[in-house]
Order: sequence, then structure tokens, then C-alpha cells
Amino acid sequence: MTTTAPTREQREAKLEGMGCKRKRVEDVRFTQGKGTYVDDIKMPGMLYGDFVRSQHGHARIKKIDASKALKVPGVVAVLTAKDLKGVNLAWMPTLAGDVQMVLADGKVLFQNQEIAFVVANDRYAAADGAELVEVEYEALPVIVDPFKSMAPGATVLREDLIGKNTGAHGPRKHHNHIFEWVMGDKDLTDAAFNKADVTIKELFSYHRTHPSPLETCQCVASFDKIKSELTLWGTFQAPHVIRTVASLLSKIPEHKIHVIAPDIGGGFGNKVGAYPGYICAIVASIVTGKPVKWVEDRIENLTSTSFARDYHMTCEMAATKEGKVTGLRVHVLADHGAFDACADPSKWPAGFFNIVTGSYDFPVAHVAVDGVYTNKAPGGVAYRCSFRVTEAAYCIERGMDVMAKKLGLDPAEFRLRNFIKREQFPYQSALGWEYDSGDYDTAMRKVMDAVDYAGLRAEQAAQREAFKRGETRAIMGIGVSFFTEIVGAGPSKNCDILGVAMFDSCEIRIHPTGAAIARMGTKSQGQGHETTYAQIIATEIGIPAADIMVEEGNTDTAPYGLGTYGSRSTPVAGAAIAMAARKIKAKAQMIAAYKLEVHEGDLEWDIDGFRVKGLPEKTMSMKDISWAAYNSPPPNMEPGLEAVSYYDPPNMTYPFGAYICVMDIDVDTGVANIRRFYALDDCGTRINPMIIEGQVHGGLTEAFAIAMGQEIRYDEFGNVVGGSFMDFFVPTAVETPKWETDFTVTPSPHHPIGAKGVGESPNVGGVPAFSNAVNDAFSFFGSTHIQMPHDHWRNWEAAKKFGLHA
Amino acid sequence: MIPAPFTYHRPKSLAEATGLLVDLKDEARVVAGGQSLIPIMKLRLAAPDHLIDLAAIAELKGIARGATSITIGAMTTQAELINSSVLAESVPILRETALQIADPQVRYQGTLGGNVANGDPGNDMPAIMMCLDASYRLVGRAGARTVKARDFYLGTYVTALNAGEILTAIDIPVPPAGHGFAYAKLKRKIGDYATAAAGVVLTVSGGKIQTCAIALSNLADTAVAADAAAKAVIGTALDRTALSAAAQAARGVMAPAADARGTVEYRTDVGGTMVKRALQAAFARAKG
Ligand SMILES: Cc1cc2nc3c(=O)[nH]c(=O)nc-3n(C[C@H](O)[C@H](O)[C@H](O)COP(=O)(O)OP(=O)(O)OC[C@H]3O[C@@H](n4cnc5c(N)ncnc54)[C@H](O)[C@@H]3O)c2cc1C
Repeated sequence: MTTTAPTREQREAKLEGMGCKRKRVEDVRFTQGKGTYVDDIKMPGMLYGDFVRSQHGHARIKKIDASKALKVPGVVAVLTAKDLKGVNLAWMPTLAGDVQMVLADGKVLFQNQEIAFVVANDRYAAADGAELVEVEYEALPVIVDPFKSMAPGATVLREDLIGKNTGAHGPRKHHNHIFEWVMGDKDLTDAAFNKADVTIKELFSYHRTHPSPLETCQCVASFDKIKSELTLWGTFQAPHVIRTVASLLSKIPEHKIHVIAPDIGGGFGNKVGAYPGYICAIVASIVTGKPVKWVEDRIENLTSTSFARDYHMTCEMAATKEGKVTGLRVHVLADHGAFDACADPSKWPAGFFNIVTGSYDFPVAHVAVDGVYTNKAPGGVAYRCSFRVTEAAYCIERGMDVMAKKLGLDPAEFRLRNFIKREQFPYQSALGWEYDSGDYDTAMRKVMDAVDYAGLRAEQAAQREAFKRGETRAIMGIGVSFFTEIVGAGPSKNCDILGVAMFDSCEIRIHPTGAAIARMGTKSQGQGHETTYAQIIATEIGIPAADIMVEEGNTDTAPYGLGTYGSRSTPVAGAAIAMAARKIKAKAQMIAAYKLEVHEGDLEWDIDGFRVKGLPEKTMSMKDISWAAYNSPPPNMEPGLEAVSYYDPPNMTYPFGAYICVMDIDVDTGVANIRRFYALDDCGTRINPMIIEGQVHGGLTEAFAIAMGQEIRYDEFGNVVGGSFMDFFVPTAVETPKWETDFTVTPSPHHPIGAKGVGESPNVGGVPAFSNAVNDAFSFFGSTHIQMPHDHWRNWEAAKKFGLHA
Repeated sequence: MIPAPFTYHRPKSLAEATGLLVDLKDEARVVAGGQSLIPIMKLRLAAPDHLIDLAAIAELKGIARGATSITIGAMTTQAELINSSVLAESVPILRETALQIADPQVRYQGTLGGNVANGDPGNDMPAIMMCLDASYRLVGRAGARTVKARDFYLGTYVTALNAGEILTAIDIPVPPAGHGFAYAKLKRKIGDYATAAAGVVLTVSGGKIQTCAIALSNLADTAVAADAAAKAVIGTALDRTALSAAAQAARGVMAPAADARGTVEYRTDVGGTMVKRALQAAFARAKG
């Protein structure tokens, strides 16, 4: 038998590098129920904590009586604000520069706010104890409508801030005001509006919702009194940030805090912040000397740890009568709930909302955002989007449709006329961003061709006539959305969290046999980092992905990083991987040159090793180089083969995409049937097309949910309506539309591998596509804008309002 | 999400179960599939001291076809209703309805008896039992009695079931061959209770509706029969006027609550639409 050397294709294929639809390695354990999540952690003597929560939206706490609870067999302790004050932890700082009560201190400001923490031998006793803690309330007036927050006589929500006229982000205009954030040139924008042929002004409300990951927020805190060390396992999207914050708050030195994020069952922004549950578990462990577990239930998750959106955007647009946009003016009323706990980079109280000019060449723009307090849960997390980017995309994409209608132009045509052109990149936006790369025209036209856009519009016109003749009770809507995201936070010049710059990191260690381990500052919550990161390394340094282990989440072993959210893992940590790999490759090249007895410059890279230029049979594989690196390095060279890279990105990345949604709405029931959804994403270089497709499917499903019904609503008394999975809309496979995906590739010019990030694009672009489809359907009957969510009854109300039931 | 403490009992016979119910008094509750009871216990809206599980009582199971009626044991699961060829042949509306309850996981656990005994207007089977004129067998330590589905529901979670009684079986008169039937249920998603739903069982002769029964789910504080609506279509070929009259008459007996599914006005309106759609589907299926 003769063995032939593998072909180049076979060698490439063996690497399973970038571009390969490599199967997810983590799924081997996830699909067999063998993942290790926080709730799987069990320790000898472990105690369990459970919260007593506020029944009221706003009330003074007159008395807390825990005596009955303490008599329940198994209950060990009941913590209240009084106890936390002793360790100066009744309040904690938020990521947004505000403070938040850990346990109710004098009053409660939202329903289900944490009042007391019952610690017991088991979960059941803790729940029984929580039931028996007696809280005496004095109800106070409730504000749930952000438009009423700053009314002259509005009740004072934050008594702790009385007299503080300046907050973390500048002056406060009212006792319930948090900040005003302004961007752009007001005078030039006003001038553009004065000159405009056509203007529109419309309020687009993006309702409050919640990321609702499958696994809720949870932790186990274990304080070792002998060593004075704290170990904290938790559902943390950003474990290092948690360690730093825990150290600053608890005064335990940072090297004595071990934060471990094991497998995480989805995050979507929910698991970025620090929550009272973590603090209470830590304090309880210090007090009792035992490990303490805290696990949220679903209702607690939906109603207390974070929310998303609640942005009320008044959008004004100016254009020429020929259909060229000339100016954009947006005012946002941002409902931040009871405490400003938004998880944004610290200098960005409204996130990157100034991406609101979208994909269009606006010469001038002006944005002002007012943040206000209400009696709702704090949070304001980026639910599968970069910071406030989905709100911005919704605002501009609805605005474009409303303007197109007013101009009598087709919405797709209107977008094509106003796109930033390929040759304009890098493009300086009117609101201060430098878009790295894009080719919007090509993407839009590709999608329009794929769905036969002209044909759809003709069909829609015919269907409308049939509806008017009484032959059908359905109206057809076509939703066009073109989004530009801004992800990969971020450059240290403008991005930090509590002063920690938003770099990310990677450490790669090649073992003597040519296998490797890579440790990261990010943390997968299901994105598939163990699979894709290895693919980057495989392509960069020719080690098969299967021989590389990727490890994240243990702050003792991982290099410091800012974690995973805002589609930052590939743009930032992915770049760090490439840079670390290239350091290794440089050393490998020196070793290969020495071994092959040539100059380094005489070598060229060839898939999985080096070869001598012009002498293709003189090669040295990475596997052999790895062995040599440890056991026979060149003289004067340190043995070993490893590298660390901390990557501070020079710019953000700007993924984009074109989505078209086609639906039929039954006017008698309000049921919308999504007939077709076509999604083209351009995320630059594509590392694993299968994982990209999975990300797009997941993000579109969330977008569908949000646009068509998912909502955290409060009644006028401050009660959460629908804060459980009975009402909170999480679609099953039955409701979820079929997704058609497509792509173009416009690499990022400043990123080492040209990748831009994709996880959040479908949520950002999907919501306006659905909403535009509903609005498009009704626009032919006199509607300008219908607020989300577009659930059955609201669609029915719209049909009724525009006379479609006659 | 953790229920209050309770003691679990698993009797092997009906007599043992009814005995326990009397001996343990009000603090005892029977549990069938647990798909309605356990969730409210987890929310601590119910906190029975004793749970009497009916799962091990063989006499509460099974589907038996008699000459003119079918008897279904209370502990027959919703999945078993779906898989029964006897039911598919003689009372197909049961299968059609069971398939619209919750999701497969719930239907493997949830029982027909639990569904009709629960007393929640959101349950789908009570309206169907009204359409079929079914009766419930109730057994207590003192003896047995029968109550018609139409007389069973008194208010939300209030039924004719007395303390100490267990619903053992359901008797359903077999509808005539060739009858038309439909259950039209509007819901927000799989696993959701009805925004509005209507069940219809009718017979047709010479192209005209001969007999008709209509009942509604989740549109009042209990399932309700819409007899005036049924009357409005009898003798007609279900023309537009008859359909509208039926929808109008049905709306007259509706009193839904406003909730996250919609306003009272919406749910009432769409309730009428469900009546129309169920009538049309049933009429199209009927032979004669
Ligand atoms: C996610 C979800 C979605 C659902 N969606 C629907 C839906 O769309 N439509 C629908 O109809 N139902 C729905 N259900 C409820 C489900 O059908 C239940 O199975 C049913 O309501 C109760 O049946 P059970 O056997 O589970 O009864 P249990 O939950 O065990 O009992 C319910 C009540 O009936 C009493 N009871 C039970 N059996 C008897 C008996 N033999 N004699 C006397 N009293 C008895 C119990 O004491 C209790 O009060 C849903 C449930 C879930 C969890």
C-alpha cells in the first residue's frame, strides 16, 4: 500500500478553519444535558437565598417583621437593608453612574423590588420563610408613564437625590430627571428643516420588553474565612467586570476574588449587570460562613433583573421633494425605571443611539435624549443589540417609511436614493461616527431581486382591490428594513465601563505536541465561542481546530476582558486571537528558519506550516515547530510557544443588512401570517457560516416576538401585567416564521481578519422589518404609524380605526 | 415558584380516595395530571395540606363505546383522547379540541377529568361537553350522582362538585353519523388559553341545518352555551344573514375579561367571528 501525501485541499479541510461550517463542539455536552450551569453547582453545607419582594410599585416601608420567618425550620437568617448598612452595602453603584438599593431602604420604587433576603438550609424553607416575612407598606402615588415623570407636581421618586441638581451625566432638569444627552449640530439642523420641501414628525414608541434567557440570573457565593477569599460562580456575561466591582464594593482584594462563569443558558444582555441577588448571596456567605446559592425564578427574572427598550422617540425628518434626505432631528424620552442601571459604556448614557442616521447620507442631524425615573424595574440592557442600537434602527427605519409615503415614493426606492455610497467609506456620519465599510446598494438590490419586490408590490395592489371588493378579509403588508449596526465596543478613547477600558484579550498556549489552549476575556452564553475561536486560530497558525481547546469564564486563568455583549466578541476578542496567533507565528517562523537552515525571509506560510520559497518540499509543520519550540529551540531563544494579546480596537465595526418581510393580516382577528422573511446580512468575513445562520435565525425569532407581541406592561397602579410566560410572548417553533438567509461580504478594513460581528444584527434589523410590514399594510387605508407590539388585538383595533370592518 | 408544604397520598381505589377526601376535609385536594393545579400551587394561590393523586386508580381510566353513548374515564389523558380511534370515528370533535389544548407535554399529563372539573373558563373541554350534552359521574362516600355539563359550571372555579366528591367518568351521547363539528380557537401561541373559542356540533338534512349546539370557551366566567345563536341557524342553509345573526346572538352571552389577550370589545367581537368560523367549518363537514 502506498501512502500519498495529503493534498492542499485535504490539509485545509483538516484545519476546519475560517469559512468552515464546523459543527459546534459545545453541543456535544449541551444536547446530552451534560452542561454545567450555575444551578448544577452543589457544595457541602450550601444554603439557599430567596427574596421577599414588593407588592407595590411605590410605597414607604413602615415595618419589616421577620420573626415568623425565623421560626420556620431550616431558616437561618433574614437580611434587610438594616443589616446591609452595617457593611455599607444597602445601596450599590450602577454601571450608569447612579446608585441602586440592594434591599429596600425606607421605601420601594417598583413592584417586585427586593425587600429582604431569606437564607435557609434548602430552597423550600427559604420560600416558606419569604412567605412569612411581614412587610407593612404605606402606598405612595405611582408614575408608570414616562411622559408624566417630569410634570410640575410629579411625586418625588428618588428621595436620596433631593437637592442633587447634577447627575453622572450633567445637569438634572427635574427631580425625576436623570440626564439629558445631546449630539449633533442644532443650528445647522434647524436650518435644514427651515429650507426643507417636505418634513415629517412622528412619535415612535419602542415598548418595554425583556431579554428572557432560558436560564435566569443566578449565583453561588462562597466565602472562605480562613483564607479571606471569595469564590463567586454566576451567570455573568462579563466575569472580570464582576470581579472588579465585587472587589471595589466588598473591599476584598481583587486577587482574593475568584469569579467563575460556567455554562450559561443565554444572556442577551440580561447577565451584564450586577444585581441585588449577587450582593445578598455574598453578604450571606460572609455572615454565615457557608456557600449561598441564589436562583431567580421566571417571574422574578421578567420583573426585576433588567428590562430592555422603553424608548419614546419623536422623529423629525427633512427632505427635498425629489426624495433626498436633508436633515434628521430626534428627541427621545427614555424610561429608565427606578434606578439608572443601564448597561452602557459609562460615557454613553443613551448608548450609541447616535447611530440613528442609519444607512443614509444625512448632511446634518441633531439628537437629544432625556432619561427619566419611573416606578418600574431598573435595567435598560442591550437585548441582543449593541447599546440602544435597535431603538435607533427602529426610529430611522420607521421614519424612512413614513417619509417615503409622504413623498409618494416606494420605501425601497427611497432608501436606494439615500444610501451612503460604497465610495463614501470610511464615512463620517453627521452624529460623529466613522463607518468603516459598506456596500448598501448591492445588498438592497440583491434582496429585492431575490423576493421579486416589484412582483410583490403588484400582488399587493391586486390583493387590495380584492379586499375592497369583499373577496378576502386579509390585507397584505411588505416591510423593508435596511440597518447599519455599530458593534465591537470599543476603542479606549471613547469606551469604558466604570473606568475600565473596553479592550479584550486572548492568551494562546501551544503544547509540545502541537495541540493548544486559548483563554479569553469574553464569555459565551451559547454563541459558540469554543467552536469559532478555534477556527480563527486554525486558519492563522495551521493547528486543526479540533486540537484547540477554548476556555472562558474563570477569572483566575483567563486574561482580563470585558466580556460578551454588544456583538463585541468577534470584533474585539476575535481580533485579540488573531494578534496573539500572529505573535506565535512570528516565533514559529524563527524556529522553522533555524531548523530548515534558511533566513526567516526565505520562508513562506503554507496552510499548516512554513516552506522554503522555491523549494516546496522543504517544509516544517506547526506540529513539528511546536515540539522544537519546547525541546530544541534555537540558541538564545526562550523555550515555549505562547502569546497574550490585549486588543484595543481602533474603531467600531459596522455590520449591515437588508431584510424584507411579507405578511397577511386577517382584519377580523388581527392575526398576522408571516408569509415570507428574507434576511441578507453582511458581517464582513464569515468565520462559521452555519453558526452565523443560527445566530440570524435566533435573532429574527426574538425580533418577531418583540415586534408582534412581547411586552412588559405596567398598569396605572404600577402592577406588572404579563410578567410570566403565560403572557410574555416567547414564540414556539409553531409560531416562528420560516427564515430565508443570504449574505454579502464587505470586510472591516481595520479588523485583523475583517470580521464585524453578527449576533445582534437580526434583532436590530428584524424589528423594523416586521413593524414596517404591519404599518405598510395599514398605510394604504390612511394610517401613518401604529405603535408596537403588533399583537392580534392591536391589529384588530387598527383595522377598526381605519374602517376595515365595515 | 415553590409550593407550600403538603402531604402526598396515592390511593389505589376510588373508595380509598373518597374516604381520604372526607377524612382529611377541606385541606385535601385531588390531583389528576397536575397541569392546572401544580402551577397555581407554585404561585401559592392554592396551598392544600394534602394532595390525593388519582393516578393509581385503575377504574378511572379507559374509553368505552356503548350502543348510544361513550364513557370516558376521568383519568384519560388528553393525549389518549387524540390517539383513540374509537373517538376519532364517533366523536371527532374531541380529537380536534384536544389537539388545540396546550402542547404535547401538557397533553401527556393533563386529563379530561381534570380539564372539565377544574372550572376555569379557559379550559377547552367544558364547552365541547356542553355541545355534546355530556354528563359527569360524581362519586362521594355517600354515593354517586350525575350532573349534566350544562348544569355543572356555576362560576370561575365554582362547580356543582361537592366537597368530598370525585368526578369519575364522562358520558357522551354519540352524535349521529354524518354530523358536522368544529372547534374554532383563537390564541396567541401554542400553550396559550383561548382569546376566544367556539365549539359547534350540528346535523344537516336537505342542505339545511337540522340541529345545532354552540358553546364558548373563555368568553365569560364559565364556559357558556350559546343557545340563541344555535337557534338562529337551525332551518337555514347558513347564509350570510344566519351567520351574522348567530354571531350577534352569541355575543349577547359573552362577558369576557379584559386581559393581555385584548380588550372586552375585541374579545367579544372576535368571539362572534369564532362562532361564524366554527359554524362554517361544521356545516362544510356535515353530510346530508
Ligand atoms: C402551559 C399550559 C397550557 C395549557 N393550555 C390549555 C389550553 O389551551 N386549554 C385547556 O383546556 N387547558 C390548558 N391547560 C390546562 C391543562 O389542560 C390541564 O391538564 C387541565 O386544565 C387540568 O387537567 P389535569 O389533569 O392536569 O388536572 P389537575 O391540574 O390535576 O387538576 C385541576 C383541578 O381539577 C381537580 N380535579 C382533577 N381531576 C379531578 C377529578 N377526577 N375529580 C374532581 N376533581 C378533579 C383538581 O383538584 C384541581 O382543582 C394548560 C396547562 C398548561 C400547563
